[in-house]
Amino acid sequence: MSSKNDPTNTFSATRRKLLMGIAALPAVPVLASTGLFSTPAQAQAPATSAVNTTGLAVTDTEVTVGILHSVTGTMAISETGSVQAEKLAIEQINAMGGVLGRKIKFIQEDGASDWPTFAEKAKKLLVNDKVAAIMGCWTSASRKAVLPVVEQYNGMLYYPTFYEGLEQSKNVIYTGQEATQQILAGLDWVQKTKAGKTFYLIGSDYIWPRTSMKIARKHIEGHLKDSSVVGEEYFPLGHTQFNSVINKIKLKKPDVIYAAVVGGSNVAFYKQLKAAGIDLNKQTLLTISVTEDEIDGIGGENFAGAYSCMKYFQSLDNPNNKDFVAAFKKMWGEKTVIGDVTQAAYLGPWLWKFTVEKAGSFDIDKIAEASAGIEFTKAPEGYVKIHPNHHLWSKTRVGLAQPDGQFKVVFETPDLIEPDPFPKGYQ
Amino acid sequence: MSKSSGRTFFLRPQDMIGIAILAFILLVVLPLALDNFRLQFVGKYLTYAFVALGLVLCWGYAGILSLGQGVFFGLGGYCMAMFLKLEASSVENTKIQTTPGIPDFMDWNQITALPWFWEPFKSFAFSTVAVVLVPAFFALILGFALFKRRVGGVYFAIITQALAAIMTILIIGQQGYTGGINGITDLRTLHGWDIRTDSAKTILYFVCVGLLLACILLAFYVKSSKLGRILVAMRDKEDRVRFSGYDVASFKIFVFCLAAALSGIGGAMFALQVGFMSPSFVGIVPSIEMVIYTAVGGRLSILGAIYGTLLVNWAKTSFSESFPELWLFGLGGLFIAVVLIFPNGIAGLWQSYIAPRLGPLFGGAARRTTPPAATPPAAPSSGTAAPAAAE
Repeated sequence: MSSKNDPTNTFSATRRKLLMGIAALPAVPVLASTGLFSTPAQAQAPATSAVNTTGLAVTDTEVTVGILHSVTGTMAISETGSVQAEKLAIEQINAMGGVLGRKIKFIQEDGASDWPTFAEKAKKLLVNDKVAAIMGCWTSASRKAVLPVVEQYNGMLYYPTFYEGLEQSKNVIYTGQEATQQILAGLDWVQKTKAGKTFYLIGSDYIWPRTSMKIARKHIEGHLKDSSVVGEEYFPLGHTQFNSVINKIKLKKPDVIYAAVVGGSNVAFYKQLKAAGIDLNKQTLLTISVTEDEIDGIGGENFAGAYSCMKYFQSLDNPNNKDFVAAFKKMWGEKTVIGDVTQAAYLGPWLWKFTVEKAGSFDIDKIAEASAGIEFTKAPEGYVKIHPNHHLWSKTRVGLAQPDGQFKVVFETPDLIEPDPFPKGYQ
Repeated sequence: MSKSSGRTFFLRPQDMIGIAILAFILLVVLPLALDNFRLQFVGKYLTYAFVALGLVLCWGYAGILSLGQGVFFGLGGYCMAMFLKLEASSVENTKIQTTPGIPDFMDWNQITALPWFWEPFKSFAFSTVAVVLVPAFFALILGFALFKRRVGGVYFAIITQALAAIMTILIIGQQGYTGGINGITDLRTLHGWDIRTDSAKTILYFVCVGLLLACILLAFYVKSSKLGRILVAMRDKEDRVRFSGYDVASFKIFVFCLAAALSGIGGAMFALQVGFMSPSFVGIVPSIEMVIYTAVGGRLSILGAIYGTLLVNWAKTSFSESFPELWLFGLGGLFIAVVLIFPNGIAGLWQSYIAPRLGPLFGGAARRTTPPAATPPAAPSSGTAAPAAAE
């Protein structure tokens, strides 16, 4: 059975029979109880009993996946883009014939910006609906709530957000970048091109900004020449009064403001910076938390001149991205913008499809094993590949914000950066 | 309390029938009718019912509206979660960390030794006692500070709400010690017993129901005692009770502490059944939601509050499953209906429309000893104040 990981091995009739023979015995009670009797009628698709030995919601014509994001509550603004991207990917995959000859059907659940609700809905999707994969979660807190559930019930989660790292699971594929992929190259760039020597770190008060700033501080103090951190402050989520920190910034005059302020706080932060007379065209500001989605709320004119460090920008100039942006706007409207996480969410269904096809099975254990080395050459961000640690190899890019809310890409790492969720020397 | 108006037992016949029906539903009907997965949801909802029960005593009977019950739910829940987290953070489970043997979120926040206030939570006995006593003690301090100064009514409600906000900020801000906004996650075992398996969840469900029934009996006992009637009298004419020589503040403090302790038990059962605890149960929104459960069920009815909690949570889950993008409107509609159409909640509907017709079944007892809640909305206070004050 070791040859199942070989992508060149297409299913031959004899092999299929062999698999069916092995799989049929344990599968019969499961199939009988869920009413999923398999009829090996379809010539092109492998039999259900062969590709689904653990009772997932797979029939001869359909496979069910779950979409689990917040469409209500404070996170709805951020997560809606991910839902749209995942639905677009599913539609495109279905138009190409689906996965192993089966159309993807999705069940959408609302996490309601509430972490226990995420855990409850994840459980519902896995236990009740027996989904073959979950595309979902956005905040670290929701992922932390869902993680024990997917591990216990052996599900597969495709998680789109850039995050703090320090995590690795058989049951999660991280399609966003972990902290080092987002931070290190950007800091090197800002030090080189902007002669940044003094840094002021500002973030929202939770695990992602704190871990990111910890890594940033270690890098600034340990790896960048003659550089230092002159201030580090955190504010509760939803905080809107940044005047005191802005006064401190004016006093310390750092070369670079390094920001990881998230969500609605961004709007207040950048408007108050502008009101206090800090011109982002003169004061270098590098952020790891503002994408095109956030600029929608902040207002392009308030953010123009700032730099954002991401792996994807809507303005990326490559054919894959042009197709993606056009398809996205066609499905969801001309006015929609596409941020870094939205693109990462789009990768989820595709990576899952390729993995299932490589494994020749929907079984979670086989997908988890087959994930390492999966490539997606038509990804809007360019070529991506899954690392054995279930994170993606990806590039780091720096974009200069324009008044129209888009970014001009000013820097991109020449090579893909290896994901390193447990970075040595940064903990 | 032994002299409570000549009655030898604290439960009236219709109360006993009501409790028996509830017990039958929770212990027999639901476990048989629902699959394991849905039963676990009911178990989770029931943990909120502890809070609603406390609110009936505190708000319905004593007239103290607390918009900060989530704080006590959270304190109880955190006490239990801290114990479970320490058990889950054994050295072999956490060997990937810089400092093995401490909870993972501490390691992420560069804390290298277990903080002193976590130490006692290595003991299960201490944690169990803390689940009840920490919320009660907290309520005692707050009650002492406010009720002794005769702060009440709206001012009290606002202060409790502020407290809920402060507590959330404190927990989120001290993430190295509390897990921050993520909360304390990935709880695994209780004395080596895996609480994540389906069989464990079923056992925990029955433990939860058992505890809830015990707490319901306690609530009925308090309600029917002399203390209970003083509470009602206080609600309706506080000055008259004070001039009769009662120390009003002490009674208020007592019932507030009792409600807090009940909420703490609910929180602990939540942490056990759901497997984590986070500040999202502590803040203003969950605290108000818990008041809504009580209002929907009927704030004057002990059993009504339980049904109210189950109904609202069931509606929340099923609306959101069927209409992920519209469910909040459905829930909003339900609340508007409660306020406009049946202000005394489900229990009010039952007592004014259904119970009178069932009267003969209960041997007429239901009509003779009409509880305060059954008083028609037209004259709610005069009817209840008089007998209590005459005591």
